[in-house]
Amino acid sequence: MIYLDYQATTPLAPEAREAMLRWLGDDGFANPHSPHRPGRAAAAAMEVAREQVAALLPPGGRVIFTSGATEALNLAILGCGVKRIAVSAIEHAAVLDTARFADPACAVLPVSGAGLVDAGTPIPEGTGLVAVMQVNNEIGTVQPVEALTDAAHAAGALFLCDVVQAAGKLPPPANADMIAISAHKLHGPKGIGALWVRDGLSLAPLIHGGGQEQGLRSGTLSPALCAGFGAAAALCIKLRETDAQHVKSLWTLARSLFPGWTLNGDADQRWRGNLNIRREGLDVARLMSDCRNIAFSAGSACASGSGRPSHVLRALGLSDREAKTAIRLGFGRYTRAEELERAAAAISVAADGAL
Amino acid sequence: MSAIYLDHAATTPLLPAAREAMLEGFARWANPSSPHAPGRAARAALEEARARVKAALGWRGEVIFTSGASEALALAITRSAAPLAAVSAVEHEAVLRWAGDALRLAVDSAGRVLLDAALGGLFAVQHVNNETGLIQPLDEIATAVREGGGVLLADCAQSAGKIALPDADLIAISAHKFGGPIGTGALLVRDWALLRPTGGQERGYRGGTENLPGAVAMAAALEAGRDWLVMAARLRAALDAGIIAAGGEVVAAEASRLATIAGYRMPGRSANAQLIRFDGMGFAVSAGSACSSGSLKASPVLTAMGHPHAGEVIRVSIGRETTQYEIDAFLAAWREIGG
Repeated sequence: MIYLDYQATTPLAPEAREAMLRWLGDDGFANPHSPHRPGRAAAAAMEVAREQVAALLPPGGRVIFTSGATEALNLAILGCGVKRIAVSAIEHAAVLDTARFADPACAVLPVSGAGLVDAGTPIPEGTGLVAVMQVNNEIGTVQPVEALTDAAHAAGALFLCDVVQAAGKLPPPANADMIAISAHKLHGPKGIGALWVRDGLSLAPLIHGGGQEQGLRSGTLSPALCAGFGAAAALCIKLRETDAQHVKSLWTLARSLFPGWTLNGDADQRWRGNLNIRREGLDVARLMSDCRNIAFSAGSACASGSGRPSHVLRALGLSDREAKTAIRLGFGRYTRAEELERAAAAISVAADGAL
Repeated sequence: MSAIYLDHAATTPLLPAAREAMLEGFARWANPSSPHAPGRAARAALEEARARVKAALGWRGEVIFTSGASEALALAITRSAAPLAAVSAVEHEAVLRWAGDALRLAVDSAGRVLLDAALGGLFAVQHVNNETGLIQPLDEIATAVREGGGVLLADCAQSAGKIALPDADLIAISAHKFGGPIGTGALLVRDWALLRPTGGQERGYRGGTENLPGAVAMAAALEAGRDWLVMAARLRAALDAGIIAAGGEVVAAEASRLATIAGYRMPGRSANAQLIRFDGMGFAVSAGSACSSGSLKASPVLTAMGHPHAGEVIRVSIGRETTQYEIDAFLAAWREIGG
């Protein structure tokens, strides 16, 4: 099996797994909210992890652990209490659906044919919150989030950034007000993420109870998942240069392996671990069934089963028919060049038969 | 840890079988929503875990995996088709904080909910109290709630995996209270029509990539069996007897209580002073829930029961590996502190 679906989830780093083991053994169990000695040890480990995660995020804020980015985004959008929201047309469903739930008249900021939000896009008057992701999960385009934050602030709105696909790879938008992050997209475990909240900004919680996470998110936190998240975050910082070099060389290789395909999304303003390409007349369902030993996708994992055309590709101006001819190949730290070559050969052969 | 851990109601060690399941889950790291082969294998493992959870609990309805009981309770209360009408006065904060204008159901001196007749709406009553171990007569309460056209939500965080589930419509459970991992829980739903969907995973009732290792570990923990509760009952009887012999009081002594949780009062010693001494002597016990342990307020549960000395009660909770030796050592420490 060749895994080329790094946007859906990433392989758990051995270092993250190792960091979790201690808290899954007999020595390390305790409720981190218990004031007794074992509880304090668990709480201390959680705070170490919090610092490690905070290193991926700007200074001047706090890290609130959640069960994942979806919960973090819900907490941000619903917890900030804003009535009028504007989001980009290519946000993940976790933002789009939540924003529409909070504001049925939610404004949608358009993207160019290359999948970029223009930093000069007018923000409707009265908007209280703007949400634009840093790296798109389907096409990998990198949005001008710092400039968009400035624009939001100038309009009197808060700015929320979904950095799920960017965290550990690109510097975060230093001026954002809230930032959502997920562990399993950066080689950490599933079941944990975080919302970074700028100091001074107050939110209303979505889950009540024991008052953990400064009252913003009740529920016993897992020291194991926190430790795994922290270790994965620390590893991203340690390997940032080598990971980036590796992805760059895979990208160059991947581009040479798919002549005759059209790239979706901007060729420069993008995370190069995401290759989203289409080919006229391609039957993607058939291609996927012909390439069973390659794990790749058409669109986001969450929407993959739905059969609906991608809302992201539609936003670029592609027709439904064109949008259904696209595939997404995602690669990163543990992908070998040779795997990419084998996958490309198999996909090319199968695609010739699936036209 | 070298300390004697008697705080299993706060959390209890991960069972070896659950740990193994978790490690296997870590190896199966694909996204269960991905349509490719590893994604489908992860999906199959998730659905198998769901079926095993249902079988182990004897639950015929639906199961929504969550990050824990607090989230499950929030999901039930905020997405219930029936608005929250009443909560018992002895609920965990994860329910109480939602209460708002909902009716507070009074309890008797043992902490039993007093409910003769109910009107419609959502009623939240816990199965087992996390501070005293009291078992609510939920089957009777369910009958009263349903006769009034209402829906019963039962917080079973402390009871699931230990005693049979009650006859409730919505049930919240937490894996780490029965030997599963922290960070995994579930909302059990008798019928989808009881909830309004939000979209996303879990049949549209809970968005977010599923925590597969957590789900399979939860299933493994539930299958581990309950024989140890017989031993726990014996240990608890010895503990109760020792406390009484040493001049202490057993909270709700005569009521039906879960074998693993007890509230004990040491006359004339504040719970916080006791905790500091016990901690220094190497015993992990608590005053009230773990979440509120750091605060100096008297337990709202004991206050609701009208207990006149709520500030002198600590919680001792037994686990699968608790031994007679540990109970004896605790009683010796109790006598020394109470001395």
